[in-house]
Amino acid sequence: MIANKPIYITDANCVTPLGFDIETNWKALVKGDSGIQFQEQYGNLTSIYASIIDSDKLNESFLKVSNDSTFSKLEKMLILALYPVVSKNKITEKSVLILSTTKGNISALENQDAPIEDAQLSTLVKKINTFFGFKTEPIIVSNACVSGVLAVSTAKRMIQFGAYDNAFIIAGDEISEFVLSGFNSFQAMSNLPCTPYDASRNGVTLGEASAAVFVTTKKPSHNAVAIIGDGAVNDANHISGPSRTGDGLHKSIESAFKEANIEKSKLDYISAHGTATLYNDEMEAIAFSRSNIDNVAVNSLKGYYGHTLGASGLLEIVIALQSVYNQELLASKGYSNSGVSIPIDVLKENRKQEITYFLKTASGFGGCNTAILFEKIN
Amino acid sequence: MTTNYHISNYCKIENNSLQVNGTTVLEMKDVLFPEFIKNASKAIELEYPKFFKMDNLSKLAFLGAEAILKNNINLDIENNIALVFANKASSLDTDVKYQESISDKENYFPSPAVFVYTLPNICVGEISIKNQLKTENAFFVFDDFKAEFMSDYTSYLLESGKAEKVLCGWVEFYKNDYKAFVYLVEKSGTTAHNKEVIQTLYNK
Repeated sequence: MIANKPIYITDANCVTPLGFDIETNWKALVKGDSGIQFQEQYGNLTSIYASIIDSDKLNESFLKVSNDSTFSKLEKMLILALYPVVSKNKITEKSVLILSTTKGNISALENQDAPIEDAQLSTLVKKINTFFGFKTEPIIVSNACVSGVLAVSTAKRMIQFGAYDNAFIIAGDEISEFVLSGFNSFQAMSNLPCTPYDASRNGVTLGEASAAVFVTTKKPSHNAVAIIGDGAVNDANHISGPSRTGDGLHKSIESAFKEANIEKSKLDYISAHGTATLYNDEMEAIAFSRSNIDNVAVNSLKGYYGHTLGASGLLEIVIALQSVYNQELLASKGYSNSGVSIPIDVLKENRKQEITYFLKTASGFGGCNTAILFEKIN
Repeated sequence: MTTNYHISNYCKIENNSLQVNGTTVLEMKDVLFPEFIKNASKAIELEYPKFFKMDNLSKLAFLGAEAILKNNINLDIENNIALVFANKASSLDTDVKYQESISDKENYFPSPAVFVYTLPNICVGEISIKNQLKTENAFFVFDDFKAEFMSDYTSYLLESGKAEKVLCGWVEFYKNDYKAFVYLVEKSGTTAHNKEVIQTLYNK
């Protein structure tokens, strides 16, 4: 049976081009720094923008936690993100590791002699599970670009159902020619750093990152947020195009509010998906309007990190927590003039603001959407 | 854990055989998957041109779902049937094909029609679109079939009121090795919904 016990996120971390811990990332974001850089050449692709983690710096940092050089770049990113979270929270018999990723070690396919197991998501998660000594079998959420948010929903749902006491969630995806060429073939890539919700936007900029959080039923004494409602509803419209009506996202948001049982007017902030494709950002504005939350401060963090796919949802939750704790909302980088048909309050500048309730949303290929409501505690 | 929910229908596709609720609907010998699944679509009287544009994983998942839903869904009303699917190989079968299209600089032809299927949850989107299921959906990856996880997540959706029914599926496809086990969980029915029963039906 479901016990409607409160579920909290009490610890968080991330590894991005802007830094390998949460403090460094937050300082860089407040200054307005972006990880997006011009890349002259990436495989067969030339003159693109992407947000890429420096491998030398990553290797150097990784040496502080392990001298095992057999880990892939993505595995190092994931382990580095989770390491401080595990050192502060004990893994028990009823702890579970949840991994959010879309493509995992997909670049392993570039070596045609490598066994297919090298590219399997279950191989990747097993390595992380073993590294940290988890005692239960891990769960992988691979639901396109909502994976990072859905992983938090999954943790909350399974803990409320009584399957686990707590969950360590990691999310990560790396830049690869596989993904770059794919988005490029869709003509979905921006020729300049992406500008979510802006009139000039013309596509995504891709990025790589990892993030980690600890989800538990134990109410902490320090800064934390409670997960108070969630929904993950499909558009049933198109496998690669966002819905024109925002149906799935709207229904996901309604499901989260219904469960949380709070007034829409109490919402302080929306950490949205904002990929900077024409149709995604428009769809989000429509869905927010249909849910009567179009007057709430909103941003997309894609201008700082690019679209980090399976990492993005969790990374953006991790940063939103910093906004809550520091009482400061971040400007939606790249935004100056509205390019969506319904006015929404996209943050043009950093704004000092107290936040009690915030909403995280994401949408992705396959018509998927996820929305989670959080409440600040303490 | 006992619940008031039941497995009302199930479907299995493996070894060139399609079974619905334990009855063999189609069995073929010495054919590859594309030929088999085409015949299976005829056997369940599927008329859906988009089916032939799908990749192998989506065809497998879609057919397993249709074999059950065609008799259990009224498309004139809103159906709150959630979709919870999982497998081991993710979308690797199509991933390998897509990688081949970009590995040769002289013969470089990345295609959006192939790339879109390099996500495992696309098959869930295909089922949602056909049946207009604007409902809870998720795709998970495990080393092998996890009856307990499927049972717990499904029970959560039902007991929390986020879904009225749940269509669950294990849909594994990699290089002509395939297995689909799809089942519908709802209030009515006689087969109990618990991990032991799910595991037994999966193994059978």
